[in-house]
Amino acid sequence: MTLTLAFRNLFHDRVRLTVTLVGILFAIVLVAVQLGLYLGSSYMITAHIDHAKADLWITAYGAKSFEDGGLLLTPRERHQALATPGVKAVIPLIVKFAEWRKPAGGSTRVVIVGTDAEDGGLEPWALVDGTWEDIKAPESVAVDRTYLKDLGINGLGDTSQIATGRVRVRALTDGVRSFTQSPYTYTTLNRARSLIGVDGERTTFYLVQLEPGADVNVVQQDLRGRLDGAEVLTQEEFRNRSLKQWLFRTGAGVALIGGALLGSLVGTVIVAQTLYSSTKDHLNEFATLRALGSSSGYIRQVILMQAGLSAVMGYILGMTVALGILVLSQGSVLPLVMTPGLAFWLFTLTVGMCAISALAAIFKVMKIDPAVVFNR
Amino acid sequence: MTGKPVLEAEDIVKDLGHGAAMVRALKGVSLSLVPGELTLLMGPSGSGKTTFLSILGCILTPTAGSLRIAGQSTDRLSPEELADLRRKHIGFVFQSYNLFPTLTALENVRIALDVRGQKGFPAANRAEEVLRDVGLGYRLKSYPGGLSGGEQQRVAVARAIASSPSIVLADEPTASLDSENGHAVMALLSRIAKEQDRSVLAVTHDPRTLSYADRVVRIEDGRIVGEERRPEGLDAPEIADLTKRRKAHG
Ligand SMILES: Nc1ncnc2c1ncn2[C@@H]1O[C@H](COP(=O)(O)OP(=O)(O)O)[C@@H](O)[C@H]1O
Ligand SMILES: [Mg+2]
Repeated sequence: MTLTLAFRNLFHDRVRLTVTLVGILFAIVLVAVQLGLYLGSSYMITAHIDHAKADLWITAYGAKSFEDGGLLLTPRERHQALATPGVKAVIPLIVKFAEWRKPAGGSTRVVIVGTDAEDGGLEPWALVDGTWEDIKAPESVAVDRTYLKDLGINGLGDTSQIATGRVRVRALTDGVRSFTQSPYTYTTLNRARSLIGVDGERTTFYLVQLEPGADVNVVQQDLRGRLDGAEVLTQEEFRNRSLKQWLFRTGAGVALIGGALLGSLVGTVIVAQTLYSSTKDHLNEFATLRALGSSSGYIRQVILMQAGLSAVMGYILGMTVALGILVLSQGSVLPLVMTPGLAFWLFTLTVGMCAISALAAIFKVMKIDPAVVFNR
Repeated sequence: MTGKPVLEAEDIVKDLGHGAAMVRALKGVSLSLVPGELTLLMGPSGSGKTTFLSILGCILTPTAGSLRIAGQSTDRLSPEELADLRRKHIGFVFQSYNLFPTLTALENVRIALDVRGQKGFPAANRAEEVLRDVGLGYRLKSYPGGLSGGEQQRVAVARAIASSPSIVLADEPTASLDSENGHAVMALLSRIAKEQDRSVLAVTHDPRTLSYADRVVRIEDGRIVGEERRPEGLDAPEIADLTKRRKAHG
């Protein structure tokens, strides 16, 4: 009966129910969008680190992110690393901003990723047109389909120029978006070096793969001792450092998380307000319940169920709208991401929001004097 | 007297309000209720009837005096323990019915059982049974808004007796009703006292209710000023006559 009463109390005043649900919906959508953007940004920022098969990353000292490595490592570091016990392979990887000259004039910045896929370190993981073999052909590069317009080209076979070298698009990835908004352009190690114009065998990173059974931390310590002027980071450390750089040094992540907090706050206030006014309207009934001998727990249960019902209905509505926005955002500058974890977290947040909102109403109802049931 | 009192109030004093606005609404009132009787508490407006009923129903606590319900003293009980006593022993009927507008007649009765932990089919059957008993078998699914005042008050009586309490307290149960419905509700209260061996106390200042009483207690200005009992063997119409004659003489 508590559920029946809660349900009827809610649906008794449709206008208020609508306000409640819109409040929850608004909060969920805002939080989902902000956290979805946050997750989406995180995925973009760490995608290459996550897809690289590396137990440890050797970077130039002070490299703040995947795009910030410079071209400072030399074969000397590679040999030192290879001589370290537990190290199976040391694979070079070049990452560097460069100027892309559009065929029709104008230019834009791209991130050149130079990698030799057969080394087993990093290869473009979302190739939808063309293969790695195509990228090995002369002048060949791969770019992401979603950036074709930004690059001023139409698709496979189009030519362009990076710095001073001619390139031809022979393969396409799909959905590899860039947080810096500079499209990733994949090519081989040597072509990357020649396009950028570095001589020798300099590189941005070395991806270190370990022998089976080797202890990552032990090898990391060992490498640190051997390599001066370079840093040795675990995959996790490098991820976190990149995230910190782009999401927190730039303030973008703070804004997203702040927006999410604000959304939950506004939602809580709206739900608290409507639940409180609903309780106030039904105060006489709660007093009657009390006069009939109901325990205070019984009355709390009715109010919590009102809150819980609002939460479930609001969540369903909010998630529907949030998923709609998510679908629309695909292929945009910043696609949203929704994971089962985030969906669950949002549900917890909604229930928590409604539970906190119920507090004021419960406080009010616990103070009622059952004597109000009599006419005086 | 038909048996041991189920409710005993002794020297109840109640102050209402605070400071300069404080009113001594009850100035030492004693009353016992025995099973099987309908007692009327009569008195002018403001005489303290509702206050007294609230105390007997464990809704207000007395400033002084003692109250025993089914032999248990209510002294120093917490609000939760008082709610527990109400739940076990007392049913209420209010002047303005106090039905839940969003629940049907059946649900209004069921919720009184639900509060007592009686759920599911047995509770639904019981609720239907009492509603039929008060003559509302055809109104089970109606909402209070669709019922007449008399019907609403009968739902309230059904709600009060659904869990078979030993005491039913009614505050001005006929005050919002027309004559016909007022009589029907009083007849019902009289019947539930007799049939179930229950103590029913109805507060009223409505003389139409007099004929249904087994006993009339008069209160004025916070004090009991008189008590009459229907002579053994007289039925309702006769006591009504008696009252008329007394009025004519006095
Ligand atoms: N909350 C209150 N504060 C102060 N005085 C009150 C309060 N409630 C009732 N009273 C006073 O107590 C007296 C008894 O009231 P009540 O029991 O309602 O009388 P009745 O039900 O017989 O009309 C009245 O004088 C009334 O004005
Ligand atoms: Mg009164």
